[in-house]
Amino acid sequence: MATEEWKFTTKDIAEKPDLFLSGHRACAGCGPATVLRMIMKATRGPTIVTEATGCMEVVSSIYPYTSWAVPWLHTAFETAAANASGIEAALKILKKKGKVKYEHVDVIALAGDGGTYDIGIQALSGAVERGHDFLFVLYDNEAYMNTGIQRSGGTPHGAATTTSPAGTVIPGKLEYKKPIAEIMVAHEMPYVATASPYYWRDMLTKVRKGLEVEGPAFLHVFAPCPRGWRSDPAKSIEYSKLAVETCVFPLWESINGQCQLSTPSKLIALAPQKKKLVTEYLKGQGRFSHMFKPQGRKLLEEVQRVTDERWQRLLSKCGMKQ
Amino acid sequence: MASLVKHEKNAMSGDEAVAYAAKQSDVDVVAAYPITPQTIIVEKFSEYVANGEVETEFVCVESEHSAMAACLSASVTGARAFTATASAGLALMHEMLFVTSGCRAPVVMAVVNRALSAPLNIHCDHSDSMAQRDSGWIQLYAENAQEAYDSIIQAFRIAEDLDVLLPVMVGLDGFTLSHTLENVETLPDDAVKKFVGTRRLPNVLTHEGKTVPFKLDPDNPMTMGPIALQNYYFEFKRQQEEAMKNALTVIQQVNDEFAELSGRKYGNGLVDAYCLDDAEIAAVCLGSTAGTMKTIVDELRQEGVKAGLLRLRTFRPLSVEEIRSALESVKAIAVMDKSMSFGGYGGAVFHEVRHALYEANAQPFVVNYIYGLGGRDTSPRELRGIYEDLQRILQTKRVENPIQYLGLRE
Repeated sequence: MATEEWKFTTKDIAEKPDLFLSGHRACAGCGPATVLRMIMKATRGPTIVTEATGCMEVVSSIYPYTSWAVPWLHTAFETAAANASGIEAALKILKKKGKVKYEHVDVIALAGDGGTYDIGIQALSGAVERGHDFLFVLYDNEAYMNTGIQRSGGTPHGAATTTSPAGTVIPGKLEYKKPIAEIMVAHEMPYVATASPYYWRDMLTKVRKGLEVEGPAFLHVFAPCPRGWRSDPAKSIEYSKLAVETCVFPLWESINGQCQLSTPSKLIALAPQKKKLVTEYLKGQGRFSHMFKPQGRKLLEEVQRVTDERWQRLLSKCGMKQ
Repeated sequence: MASLVKHEKNAMSGDEAVAYAAKQSDVDVVAAYPITPQTIIVEKFSEYVANGEVETEFVCVESEHSAMAACLSASVTGARAFTATASAGLALMHEMLFVTSGCRAPVVMAVVNRALSAPLNIHCDHSDSMAQRDSGWIQLYAENAQEAYDSIIQAFRIAEDLDVLLPVMVGLDGFTLSHTLENVETLPDDAVKKFVGTRRLPNVLTHEGKTVPFKLDPDNPMTMGPIALQNYYFEFKRQQEEAMKNALTVIQQVNDEFAELSGRKYGNGLVDAYCLDDAEIAAVCLGSTAGTMKTIVDELRQEGVKAGLLRLRTFRPLSVEEIRSALESVKAIAVMDKSMSFGGYGGAVFHEVRHALYEANAQPFVVNYIYGLGGRDTSPRELRGIYEDLQRILQTKRVENPIQYLGLRE
């Protein structure tokens, strides 16, 4: 793995032509659209993108228009990693046979939380086990937003969705968010990281690292969805910051199994008084509004407790104690 | 028939013959998942890879769904892709079969025909591929291991023809063909390589206004597999139907060209008519059953009975005109189905052959025999009984039971 330091300055990024173009049909304040535009700024040369069915696929490829300035393939919901396998295998053999002129082509697979945590996990696990050289980017907006806000394995505890509504008996989603990035670390793959678009330089650096690594890389990107979260479209990036500051979504990376906190989270670990309460993040999001009613207090406490426990576990994995 | 090249005679099972044909066809990517009775194909191919006998990336995927996704994506990256499956594996691919044909990816696949669960059964019938007949794939069915070998080679030519660009599945009967040793005459490597040729790509207009080869290429970015809504989807589907129509011609051309090379010919490529010129009674079937049926026709002919057989070598596209003209003189027809179309009044082949005969000059009697499900053995005596039934129908001029189950305990 290359160890050079990347210096993505605002100037560099502004000057690099967009590869995910404007004109797509994403909603105002769409976190994933911002994420895609930014991560495509971190590409380093010839790149092929394959994408699972989902919000970003739908908004970016309405025939006969496209937002993709790179070759792009969509086939189905559960196939992002399988597609990447096929593309990578084809490039490898065609290169060997002298039918591909490029020295190297990066392959990026994109999927939302449905296409990663749930329906796509088999293909993802298989592709990683086989060691294909590709970067899988999960843009996690924490529910099946494309089909109208149904709960996924990535939906957090307590969140109200259309299939986990906050009812009089059941207060939103009972289950916890699946620790997908840890599951990927358990595959003993060379590179796994989490990222948030507020910390854009950290995110772009991680995209580049994921591309540079030989073999599979996995990037879990936090991607607010104002429609699904019932939040202010102007605050998507603010929530991307709060999720990190409250340790709801800590930033870390695992390089060949060695886990380390990324700077924004490391600063919290070193100065625990900076760690904000989860309510700072939860309030203002309509999907959690029932938790702020008197009967929701217990749930709120539980979310804080589980967030703290997960944070502690992460700290010990990174060799830090609090 | 004369052959342009020297053949090598081998004892091969159908599965081995398929693997050998894929090996000779300069395949770039194989992505496959093992399933009985297809396993020998992936095992053999893995051996070729392990011994450096092929220049192929073998992707040992974790499911058939991913096998088809990987073949499709390799194909649109410009590679020649091949896979093989059976039964549940084909059913699991169902979604991706439509995506592959819709993306116009000329993937070739061997389907070792096997029953579908439940109850679980590993033996032959055609339930698996018949359930996929509307998936936009060309379907060829082999009569023997030799034809399985020859058809795989032909399939690459058919699939990759620029007027077609559709995926092709070649069916071979599970165990009956897949696991039975036969004499298979193989062609020399260079002859196959030359016949199959290099993968050609159509030129298409990109959204940037450039005319470029249809593949994922960083220099010429193209958006593939987009969402197309009410205003465009229909046109995509209509184009696939046009490609199927073109395939009717291309399959015949490839069959002829292959005959010149090898000396072997499978009817006109679409249908294989046996003793039909003056036949009064005839059966219509697919696959290995035709071998036994031909010997029965021979016996009946010696007895002076005007019997014949029509084997549908190509089931998709359905060659309506060829079926009609091949059966022109026949007065009573038995259509044989190795699968059920539950609640559909007879099997799929029956539906389609009757449909093809709707505009025939003379309306023949057409009856359906469902047989051999889950590998149930069908004896020559039972098959001969079909012709005897047809003779009775001709004598009495009436059909007592249009849909019958052969060899079933009832």
